[in-house]
This record gives sequence, structure tokens and C-alpha cells, in this order.
Amino acid sequence: MPGKLKVKIVAGRHLPVMDRASDLTDAFVEVKFGNTTFKTDVYLKSLNPQWNSEWFKFEVDDEDLQDEPLQITVLDHDTYSANDAIGKVYIDIDPLLYSEAATVISGWFPIYDTIHGIRGEINVVVKVDLFNDLNRFRQSSCGVKFFCTTSIPKCYRAVIIHGFVEELVVNEDPEYQWIDRIRTPRASNEARQRLISLMSGELQRKIGLKVLEMRGNAVVGYLQCFDLEGESGLVVRAIGTACTLDKLSSPAAFLPACNSPSKEMKEIPFNEDPNPNTHSSGPSTPLKNQTYSFSPSKSYSRQSSSSDTDLSLTPKTGMGSGSAGKEGGPFKALLRQQTQSALEQREFPFFTLTAFPPGFLVHVGGVVSARSVKLLDRIHNPAFVGIMGNTRSYKLLDWNSFNSGVQDVSFDGKFIFFKRLAVGMLLSDEPETRDAWWAEIRQEIKSHAKALGCHAVVGYSESTSICEEVCILSASGTAAVLNPRFLQDGTVEGCLEQRLEENLPTRCGFCHIPYDELNMPFPAHLTYCYNCRKQKVPDVLFTTIDLPTDATVIGKGCLIQARLCRLKKKAQAEANATAISNLLPFMEYEVHTQLMNKLKLKGMNALFGLRIQITVGENMLMGLASATGVYLAALPTPGGIQIAGKTPNDGSYEQHISHMQKKINDTIAKNKELYEINPPEISEEIIGSPIPEPRQRSRLLRSQSESSDEVTELDLSHGKKDAFVLEIDDTDAMEDVHSLLTDVPPPSGFYSCNTEIMPGINNWTSEIQMFTSVRVIRLSSLNLTNQALNKNFNDLCENLLKSLYFKLRSMIPCCLCHVNFTVSLPEDELIQVTVTAVAITFDKNQALQTTKTPVEKSLQRASTDNEELLQFPLELCSDSLPSHPFPPAKEHLESASSNSGIPAAQRATSVDYSSFADRCSSWIELIKLKAQTIRRGSIKTTMTVEKASPVGDGNFRNRSAPPCANSTVGVVKMTPLSFIPGAKITKYLGIINMFFIRETTSLREEGGVSGFLHAFIAEVFAMVRAHVAALGGNAVVSYIMKQCVFMENPNKNQAQCLINVSGDAVVFVRESDLEVVSSQQPTTNCQSSCTEGEVTT
Amino acid sequence: MTSELDIFVGNTTLIDEDVYRLWLDGYSVTDAVALRVRSGILEQTGATAAVLQSDTMDHYRTFHMLERLLHAPPKLLHQLIFQIPPSRQALLIERYYAFDEAFVREVLGKKLSKGTKKDLDDISTKTGITLKSCRRQVVEEMRGSLVDNIQQHFLLSDRLARDYAAIVFFANNRFETGKKKLQYLSFGDFAFCAELMIQNWTLGAVDSQMDDMDMDLDKEFLQDLKELKVLVADKDLLDLHKSLVCTALRGKLGVFSEMEANFKNLSRGLVNVAAKLTHNKDVRDLFVDLVEKFVEPCRSDHWPLSDVRFFLNQYSASVHSLDGFRHQALWDRYMGTLRGCLLRLYHD
Repeated sequence: MPGKLKVKIVAGRHLPVMDRASDLTDAFVEVKFGNTTFKTDVYLKSLNPQWNSEWFKFEVDDEDLQDEPLQITVLDHDTYSANDAIGKVYIDIDPLLYSEAATVISGWFPIYDTIHGIRGEINVVVKVDLFNDLNRFRQSSCGVKFFCTTSIPKCYRAVIIHGFVEELVVNEDPEYQWIDRIRTPRASNEARQRLISLMSGELQRKIGLKVLEMRGNAVVGYLQCFDLEGESGLVVRAIGTACTLDKLSSPAAFLPACNSPSKEMKEIPFNEDPNPNTHSSGPSTPLKNQTYSFSPSKSYSRQSSSSDTDLSLTPKTGMGSGSAGKEGGPFKALLRQQTQSALEQREFPFFTLTAFPPGFLVHVGGVVSARSVKLLDRIHNPAFVGIMGNTRSYKLLDWNSFNSGVQDVSFDGKFIFFKRLAVGMLLSDEPETRDAWWAEIRQEIKSHAKALGCHAVVGYSESTSICEEVCILSASGTAAVLNPRFLQDGTVEGCLEQRLEENLPTRCGFCHIPYDELNMPFPAHLTYCYNCRKQKVPDVLFTTIDLPTDATVIGKGCLIQARLCRLKKKAQAEANATAISNLLPFMEYEVHTQLMNKLKLKGMNALFGLRIQITVGENMLMGLASATGVYLAALPTPGGIQIAGKTPNDGSYEQHISHMQKKINDTIAKNKELYEINPPEISEEIIGSPIPEPRQRSRLLRSQSESSDEVTELDLSHGKKDAFVLEIDDTDAMEDVHSLLTDVPPPSGFYSCNTEIMPGINNWTSEIQMFTSVRVIRLSSLNLTNQALNKNFNDLCENLLKSLYFKLRSMIPCCLCHVNFTVSLPEDELIQVTVTAVAITFDKNQALQTTKTPVEKSLQRASTDNEELLQFPLELCSDSLPSHPFPPAKEHLESASSNSGIPAAQRATSVDYSSFADRCSSWIELIKLKAQTIRRGSIKTTMTVEKASPVGDGNFRNRSAPPCANSTVGVVKMTPLSFIPGAKITKYLGIINMFFIRETTSLREEGGVSGFLHAFIAEVFAMVRAHVAALGGNAVVSYIMKQCVFMENPNKNQAQCLINVSGDAVVFVRESDLEVVSSQQPTTNCQSSCTEGEVTT
Repeated sequence: MTSELDIFVGNTTLIDEDVYRLWLDGYSVTDAVALRVRSGILEQTGATAAVLQSDTMDHYRTFHMLERLLHAPPKLLHQLIFQIPPSRQALLIERYYAFDEAFVREVLGKKLSKGTKKDLDDISTKTGITLKSCRRQVVEEMRGSLVDNIQQHFLLSDRLARDYAAIVFFANNRFETGKKKLQYLSFGDFAFCAELMIQNWTLGAVDSQMDDMDMDLDKEFLQDLKELKVLVADKDLLDLHKSLVCTALRGKLGVFSEMEANFKNLSRGLVNVAAKLTHNKDVRDLFVDLVEKFVEPCRSDHWPLSDVRFFLNQYSASVHSLDGFRHQALWDRYMGTLRGCLLRLYHD
């Protein structure tokens, strides 16, 4: 008997009136776990009953403990008729099963009814006595910790990152069972809620078992999703990354190093040998000897309409599939050998993490994605098999597909290639079918990663879109080369130190191409890294991960979205699936083109957190891609966008074109200003013009490249180089160009991104506001064109963003982080967009500080570094200045001063501290470099540094006053981010994974669809908060609303909504409090805050 | 393209004070949007009218959901659905229950003349609720009848709570306030009197155990007031009283002669008011009587306020020197309050 569950029902409050005659309620409670039920006494005639029950004890297997939820039902006693249910509370007791998490669940829970919503609250205490027989753990998987957070949770340390775990569980959907016809909607909803809760528990346990098999102790980046497949059932599937985590011992936990935004700061190698010339990851020599063979596809012909697509797609397809798998240069081979062994045993070397311990990520190849269209019918009639066997060939891409197949699209920077696998449907019975489907897609992803010269995929995620019996399965991730040390047993201890000694070029290393440029999987422009100038980088980088903390970014980032709709004929079954499969590549292509255009328009060169969602509806497909654009210092300056007309004879047309060109150029310039993207050109000049040696070097590079090929990309002048050409050959394209320009930048004081934190901002203050916003529009007419549809969709998203900015205007200056858009097509003419994000205020003026101690520390460090290093150039300057009669000295000084001025201003407004430190050291590198060659620009640069540190100091002083009144007791913060600004997470209490259904038959009375959904979402938040508070927590991090399925039938005055949310319950302590009670034990501190919370809630 | 559904839900409920005010003032969404547009918010924020419309709708929906809780403010504090910082909660409540004085003044009178307050009386007496909840119901009642102006309620500030007490008190005792003669009096005047009466003339005033009996005048006390009649009925006593007052005030009063001439009338007036208070109808007319019998005569003789004060002080004090009068305590309880009221009522 491995466990004893104990439950006590204390009291209720605010119960609804169940007896009209007396205006009171005779309430009692049923407590059910598994098949055992206990009841409390009836508390007569009260809306605030005090049951104060005995402890109800359930003796159960730990397997049941993991699978089953605790069900608490509040009923109204009725002597003569059946007792009326008031509502229910489901409590997931999983958090009580880990040793480190919560020890008791105690608090007020909203009593929830699927028809009436929240009806009062009930106070419950739950405890679990686990008989701590360690061997028993192997039977179940109690003790494996789950985290939704897609990075190593704060206050833990990753010993080993084992890799991908996945599982899925299938069941019939109670809503579609025959019994549903004779039972009430309430019974049906409850059956569904209970079933899903049960399935989630089972899934989690099974994944836990896999983790134990891998000898891990935790799952990070756990993502669980539901596929409501209607008639064919209910699929609950989950993916995650198995890890072995070590809790940082308490003093270490209080080190600022694992503090919120500047998390891995202590581990960033600030200033080991800063001279890039000497860095040791040296097999860069082969690069020099190699010639370039990439095709100079300078003009990028864009796809205008779907009519003539075959022409340009076919060659790319060929290119794409051709080059996979071939091994490149010796360096790559070496690395691969190292990691291959670690990853080879793994079926899928995937990681659901989006942020990594420093040094983990070596190179990033680009985004890989795969989609597959499937029919959900189970194979009932043999005739269908006949159809399956019937191979059709399509002229377009010569795809011989059936009613389904896999398409794959890999993005890398600028190019895209399609590959088509003819895959027959595997129509065996579930869950093997679903497993096989996913296995197939994962295999594809893996092969794409290989094609990019990568052995792993990071930032991996999977999703589905279902409409009737058609289902699109999608998977995407970022191909990457990883540092093998984290993947092996026992080596990590030494690894960190080794890594530090090893001095990897972490700042730009991840940008360097992992594939071999001789054998590139797709044509791309390569240049030498702008940071280290040793390795090759692509001109554009797309990834699904968060921006690595050690990456050097110039300016700020911004949210970039591509939005697309395509009409599709209504069709049945396999005809439908075929139609969708045919549309998909074009959608992918156009989404990609849009992203690229918008990125260029912003003057940026990399996308992070890319998430492309393709949604299928009855008569249309929607594509929505969101990502955060940034300017990576290591990548080349993006060229502009050039417009070229196809009919050059027409004068007015020409004029129009040039007008538009001007508009575009203006926009780019404006954006550069807005996002403060400026230094690279200047730094180029500094290094370039007045300095003989580097100049020579760059010339050398250029001549080299010129000699090898006619490519002039390496010309460091920033004029029209590899400008992006848009051909306007018809009205469609025109529309597209227009739509490019219609995206309005957020109002001043606002920034937005869909990554964890905004690149370029790190001086967050503590105010956060998480929100969910939902909009549904009804399209006006049935005979819509693609253009009109696109415009509607675009307007919908833009208006939604505008509304958000308006609503949150009181928080200015602030940044919307982790903006997560979800599109669904609930009905023919309806488009639903759901956005969840968090607005975080930041301090415009207090630029240099983020958190006290780390700042202080790094400041000290930085300043000592500076002192050390500055002495050197200063000396040199003083004696060398007069001796160098440089003619363009004045000019040079100007450029240098403007150069030094700009970054200083930038630091003063935006730069996150770690990157500041980085930049400091990179500046120092520069200085040193120059000091060795000539001694000029360094004077100015020293000024910069000197200027910077006092500002930081001053701010630091200001900051040490308590920044804000302590957060009010009982408040539970929610955020989609993995951290809470200005606070430290001291404890993870367990995963929150909740599923709710709400239904109404009086839609009008509840304020229409808006009133209904508004109330429901508010209730969901309330229930999440209540559960967290009961666990003793005061925040939910990595919160995500995974599903919000809304259906209405206004004619019947009915609506139904399903919501699935998850996150990690945590205890956090404000940094300001920390300081005050720094002498006290942290536990007592959080304890007190918890109890306070309980009192007030 | 029409927007079917448009919502925004924050983990912390967003409260826009301006929109809240518009909502409390009873503007429709359309009117509220128009007013907000006029306030220049679009120019300040660069938003569009559609955004404003959506924002306003959203706030109105939130307020609508909150209103249920605002009817019972303690619920607002304990509910879990809306996470609102305490300062915001206080603001919501305070604003909700704040009212327009002019309007309340109006209501006080109208209600009585129409007799619609009866319902309210029934409610408050029947359920035997505390002053607090009664207050709430008063407001409910008022809001029900006059949609436009009052929309507010409790956990209120001290002052607001007292005002509510006054309203309830007036409503409960059905004081006549609507007569033309009384129009010059403000709500503040009545509230002041009400407070004095609650403090001194109710059952709760005598027995602190009966806190929720604040609303009803002490019947026994009213019965006893009859005894005061002797002050005017007994001619000797009246004369003695007059001479005492006159002696004391001679030379101190600008309007001495008028006072002297009118003393008997005034005294008779005041005492008769007291004696009549046994009947409900006369209780209702209390303010009318006071104005007719005291305020108006004095005013017609142009008594300055200071003289009125001197007179009333002396008038009530002198009674203690009347040997034949045995109801000193009763007199003090009556006059103490009345004096305050009269002084407050004595203005233009």
C-alpha cells in the first residue's frame, strides 16, 4: 500500500441559494477518489456551511495517485427528490507526490459547475502520506518532476539533458458516445472533464516512466495537448525533454546568478581572452582555403499567384532533396563525431527547450518543419483501401500522393525547399495510428536537420489542426549542433569549468553555419561572421528558440507576423485532404516570403521564436507566423527591398513604382531608428577605413571572394548589396507590397515580442499583467476572394494588437512579451484569434540596472576589466597619438565619437546587463585589437566605458531604495514567461494542468457570446490562482492557454467552450524583500507570505 | 466583417477610472464612447474609434459583472474571480456608493410625497437588517426608481456611511422634506439633523445593545415629551422661564425686544412640536413645524445666527432653574438635539 491520501472538508462560502423557499441551502460534500466515496454531514440552511469534517482517508496505489484526480462534489440535500449538484472541484494531487514540492494542498477552491460557472467556494485540506519505499517508485513514476518551462528551471541545475520523451493516449470522446443522447449536458461535460483529467494523469505517469528509464528525474518543457477528433476520439499527447536536475543548494539558490532575467549571468565568460584572433576553437583554417560555390540568386523571384507556381518550385525541390546528409569539412565532421555518439542511441534527438545552459548550443542551422495531412476516419470499409491504393500523380510537383502525405519545408535564412514524400495512410487502429503519424513526421524533421548538417533539433514543438475529419499534423524546431557534454553522464561537473577554459566563441558561435558551404542544402549567401570574422554565417537566420542570452544584439527586437488566408473548396474526405496538401506548400512559401519581407522592412536579420500555425477550416486555410525579429551583430546588415516592375514601358507605372520604393525605403529608415539599429555600419568604418591592417584583411576577403566567384556580397559597404527584389508583375503582388506597409508599429513606449524577453530591454520593473484576449469575426459574404480574406485577417490581427496597446497604455513604457497568437476557424465564416501575452513594465531611465547584486557584481567585474584593459590602450594612445599623422583624423574622430555616443545612449536606455557586459568586452576586444594595430579610436571608446559605469552606479544607488510596495497578499501572479521580473523563484510546487468545459443554454442572459466567454476566462484564471494559492504558491510561470475551443449556436441561445491551460506553480520572493530579510532563512520568508495569502483569499 | 466576440481578460482586472465614472453616471456604451472621443483620448493615444468602442464595451462588461459583487461589498473582497488590488477595490466601492447630493435631496422629498418609500420601509423593518444592509437597500430602491443618477454603495468611507444613515433614517421615519417651505434646506442640513437625532433620540442611543434600532425614534421618549407641555401650559412657569431668559440675555442680544415679544410664541412652538411627536404624522412634519414655528418667525425679525444661538442656549439652560419643572433630563435630550438642528436649519 504505497500511499494514503487524506482529505478534510473545512467549510464553504458564498454558496448559491438552492432552496427558493428559504433562500438557503442544505449543503453536503462528496469526496471521491478512484472508486471510493466519502460524504460529509448535511449542513442545514446556510450559504456558508462549516462542515469541519473528519479526515477522509483513501488508501491507494501510487499509480492511482498519479492518474486519478481528487473529485469533490458539493450538493444540496433534498429529502424528497434527488440531491442537486452545486458544483465540483477537481484537485490534481500530483504536486504532493514529489518530495521537494508542496506538502499540503489547503485553501479555498472555487466550486465549478459546467453550466453555471463558479458557485461559491469550498475550503479543503489535502495531504498525502507516501510510504517512501524507493523501489516502489519504479512501478509508477512518482517523484519525476514536470515543468512547463522550456528552459532549465531557476534554482535547478541541469546535470544531464537526456532528450526527447513523448507519449500519447487515446480514448473515445464521451461527447460522442451513444449515452450522450440520453444524459444531460452537465453529465456529459463532467464525464469529459474527468476523462481528460484521468488521461492527463496517465500520460504524465507514462512519460515519467520513460524518464526513469533514461535515468532522468525531471521533464522540462513539458507540453501536453488535446486533439478533439470528434467521432474518432480524443487524443491526449505530450512531449517533453527528459533531464537530470540538481536542486541548487540553498546558498547557491540565493546567488543572483539564477536570478530572473539575467539568469545565467555568472556563467557567461565575460573576459577570457577577448581577442578573437586567438580563440582556440581553431579549425577555421580550412575555411580560408575553400571557395564559394553558392549560386548567386540575387534576384528573388517571388511567387505571385498559385497559377504558375510549378515553375519556380520544382528546381528548389530538387535542390532541397539532393544534398542531404553529406558530410562537410573536417571541423564539422569532428564535432559531429563527438555528438553523434551521444545522440545516436536516441531515436529522436529533439529538445523541447527554447533556452539553454550556456555552451549547450554550438551552432544553429535553421528552422525545420514538417506537416502532414491525415484523414481521421478509422478504416471501417474495405472500399477505402481501394482508393488508397489508387496512386494519383499531380502535374504540379509530380507528387504521387494519396489522400495524405507529408510535406516538409525547411527554412533557412532565405531559402526554402520542398520535399514531398508519398506516404500512404497508416490506417490501423489507434493509438498506433497516431503514434505512427507522429513518428513519421519526427523522422522527417530529423532528416531535415541532418540535411542542414545538424544532429539535433531544439525548440521542438508539435501541433495539430482539425476540421471535420481532416487533420494537419505539424512539427517544427530548429536544427542545431549541440555540445555533447551535456548529453552524457557524469561529465557535466567538469564540463562547465572546461567550457570556461575552452573559451568557445559563444557570442557569435551559434550563428555560424553548421553545414558545409561546399555542399549547402540550399543556396544561401554566406559571409564571414561580423563578430569573429573567422567563420561563415548566413545572411538571415530563422529559429524557433529564444534568443541565447549571450548573443550580441544591436538595438531592440520586435514582433513580426506573417498572415495569410487561402480559400479552398469544400470537399469531403480524401478530396479535401488532397486539396489541403496541395495548398500547403504555397502557404508555407508565402508565409516565408512575408516574414522575409517584413524582416527586411524592419532592417533586421534574424528571427527567434518562430511559430507557424496553419489552421484548416471548412472552406479556407489560415497561416499565421509569429516571430521576434532582431539584428544580430554577427550577421551581415540586411539589404533593402527593391521593387521591380515587369512592365517598364509605362511611365506612370514607373512613377508609381518609384514612389512605392521611396515609401519602402522610408519605412526601413524609420524602423531602424525606432528599433535603434545603427552601430554596425559605423563599426565597420572604424575597423574598415582608417585601419590599415583590418582593411587589408577585408580586402583580402573580398578579393578572395571575388576571385572565387563573382559574388560581391563581401563588399562591406552597406549600399545595395544583396537587396531583396520584389517583382511586381500583377495586382496581387501590388497588394502584397501595400499590405507590407500597412503594419503599424506599436505606439511609442510599447514594444512587443513573442520570445521570453525582449531583446535589447532588460531593465524590467516588477509590474506585470498577463492577459488573454479573444476575438471572433464573421466574414461578411460567402464569395470572398483571397485578397479580401487576407485583408480581413490582417485587420483582425492589427486591430487586436492596437486594442491591446490601448488597454495597457497605463503601463507605458512596457513590453508585450511572449505574445502568443492562436487562430482557429470554428465555423464557415468565423475566424477566431486568441492572444495570450504578458505586459511587463520597464524603466526607461534606469537603464543599466536589472537586479541589484548581479549588477553590482558584473559592474565590478566589468569595471575591473575595463580598468585592466583600458590602462593598456590609454597608455598606447598617449604616446602614439602625436606620432601618427593621420590625414582623416578629424573625420575619424567624428565617426568614433558618434560611434561611442550611440552605444552609450543605447546602454542608457535599453541594453540588458549581460549583453552590456558582453558588449563591453567586445568593445574591449576591439580596443585591444586596435591598440595593437593603431591607437586611435580607442580614446573615444574608453570614454564610453567610463561614461557607462558611473551611470550604472548612480542607478544602482537609486534602486536600492525599495522599488515598490510589497505585492499585496493573496495575489497570484500569472505569466507565460519562465521568470518574474524583479523577483526570485525559490520553489517549484508542481505542474498545473487544467481542463474546463463551460456550457450555457441562456447565452443572451449571460451577456451574449462576449459576456459568456469573458466570464469563463475570468473563472479559469480564478481557478488556476486558487489552485496555486492552495499549493502555497504565489505565481504561475510558463502559463499557457493551449486550447480555447469556442462553439456557439445563437439560434438556440447556446454556447460551449473548452479551455485547457497549464503552467508551473511557484513560490517567488521579491528581490527587495530578499534584501530586507537576507539574513533570515528563505523558507520562513516564503512560508509567511504563503500563510498571509491563505488568510486573505 | 463584423466582430462577433471581442474580449480582454487580465489576470489583474483592469479598471479604467474614467470609464467607471461614465458607467456609474449611467451612460450607454455609445454615449460613453462619444464622451471619451470628446475628451481627446484618441489624439493622445493614437487609437481609433473602433478601439475605443471595443475598450469601452469591455469595461462595461467587466463593471456589469462586478456590479453583482458591489451590491455586497464584503463579497467583493473575498471573491476569487476578479483579482483587484485593494486600493482599486476601495475605489470601486467608494465610487459606486457615492451619490449626488442634490439628487438625494430631491429623492428625500419626492419619495415621501409619492409614498414610494413604503416599500423600502417594509424591506428594512421586515428583514430586521442592520443599518448597513438597510443602507444598501435604500440605494437599491432609489436606483430602481431613478435610473439615471444614483448608482452607488458599501464598505464606505465614514462620511459616506453617515450620509447613508441619514437617508435611511429619513426614509424610515418618513420625514416630510418636500414641502416648498423646506426647499431651501440642503441634503447636508438634513443629514446633520438626522445624525443628531440618531445619536440622541433613537433607541440605539439609549441602549447600545440595540445597535440596529438606530432607525426608529425612541417611542417612550416621544411619549414622555408630552410632559414638556407643562412649560407652556403652566402660565407661571412660562413667565418665569421668559424672565429668566430675558434677564440673562438683556443687552447681549441685538434683537432683544423682538425676542421678548415673541418669546411665548417661540416657546410654545418648540414645546408643542415636542408634545406632538407621539403621532406619526407629526413626526413626519417635524421639519415643517420647526421651520414654521421657529425658523420663520425669527427670520422675519431678522435675527442674526449668533443671536439665535444665544437665545437657544439660554432658553434651554434656563429651564434648569425652573424649580417646578421635573423633567430636566427629558428636556435636555430634546432640546440638545433640537438646538443643534435649529441652528443648522437657520439660514437662508
